[in-house]
Amino acid sequence: MVFISSLSFAQEQAKSENSGTPKKFNAGKTIIEHVTDAHEWHIMELGEKPVAFPLPIIIYSSDKGLEMFSSSRFEHGAADYNGYRLVGQKISVVGQDGKVDDAATAKLIDFSITKNVASILLVMSILLYVFISVANSYKKNPGGTPKGMQALVEPLIIFIRDDVAKASIGKKYKKFMPYLLTVFFFILVTNLLGLIPILPGGANVTGNIAVTLTLAVFTFIITTINGNKHYWGHIIAMPGVPKWVLFLLTPIEIIGIFLKPFVLTIRLFANIAAGHIIALSFFSLIFIFGEMNTGLGFGTSIVSVLFTVFMLVLDLLVAFLQAYVFTLLSAIYFGAAVEEHHADHNEDPAGHPAHVDQNQQLLT
Amino acid sequence: MLSTVLLQAAQNIGIGYGIAALGAGMAALGAGVGIGRIGGSAVEAIARQPEVSGDIRANMILTAALVEGAAFFAMVIGLLVIFMK
Repeated sequence: MVFISSLSFAQEQAKSENSGTPKKFNAGKTIIEHVTDAHEWHIMELGEKPVAFPLPIIIYSSDKGLEMFSSSRFEHGAADYNGYRLVGQKISVVGQDGKVDDAATAKLIDFSITKNVASILLVMSILLYVFISVANSYKKNPGGTPKGMQALVEPLIIFIRDDVAKASIGKKYKKFMPYLLTVFFFILVTNLLGLIPILPGGANVTGNIAVTLTLAVFTFIITTINGNKHYWGHIIAMPGVPKWVLFLLTPIEIIGIFLKPFVLTIRLFANIAAGHIIALSFFSLIFIFGEMNTGLGFGTSIVSVLFTVFMLVLDLLVAFLQAYVFTLLSAIYFGAAVEEHHADHNEDPAGHPAHVDQNQQLLT
Repeated sequence: MLSTVLLQAAQNIGIGYGIAALGAGMAALGAGVGIGRIGGSAVEAIARQPEVSGDIRANMILTAALVEGAAFFAMVIGLLVIFMK
């Protein structure tokens, strides 16, 4: 016990020594800075000076009203502007005494176009451009061979329609296609943009829990609105189950309704965030070893870059897979909500469960 | 006895980090075994019935994603331990 506590004490001492010399490379801090949202789009560092693309800041406070200015006014957190100061990545109110006024900061409402918001807007415009041009080429040449962008998008749409929507929802799949396609392409394009390390990409949008939660809440709302009598019947009183078991089963089923969107949130968030963190960790290794010895740094960089490329290739797969899994699970939840009383699967008298039923068995 | 020692140790920041990392590692261990079994069984099933490989693959990915979800829960809890400390 004494040994362990003295060991950790030594660690803490080492930590405080580290913080005394600001030039030292801090891997954890660098990674967290790159993974979280920011008020500017960081590009690189020239010596000690960061080079970043400034983004607009829009804040509302009850006494000053709505204010809008560029984040370059803060000079990367070095300067105050108009009574505001950037602490970390949070805009804070500076009081009369030059210190941060916590009470006033809490009242501040921040509508800023942050890195993630800018990235979402970018993805939105890419998707609008691609799909409007594809829709126009279908109008011009109905029934013809797909050309250019069409040939890229059509197989994916067919895949979502046939393998995801039709297979999991059944006859009523048409109603849900717009949402499923939107969510699939949004997640896919944001994931892929996040893998690009420089300016147009690099934002960790789907690795932000607020974004994934919003997507999952959409799925939750659509499932709840479309749930039919059969769906709610199975939740509130599972048919064919003894009464006393229902006391146990019904609470579990009700928790299950809320657990499903929660799991969707966590899965997408953790997968993408972990991908970013691992890639950054491999890069950080170069600087950690480089601080010990320059030659060691160069040596590590070869291995590090190889590993990072490998992880990024793996992340390409993960980017597609997570978009697919999110869409598939959403479709299965919708399928469970709109499923009629096994009317669709009665062709099979031997009782082999159909595809949808198998999926539901997995989920319960 | 052991639990009191662990509790005392957990109050210490360095050990707290260690336990959080251990928890994430154990979750990864379980998920690795689970996903391995899913993959193995799926390949066996495809070898027996290559004509339904599409269906099997879709179910394999789905099940793997569900197992992975459980592992990520543990990982996020480990991260929370670190950030809340």
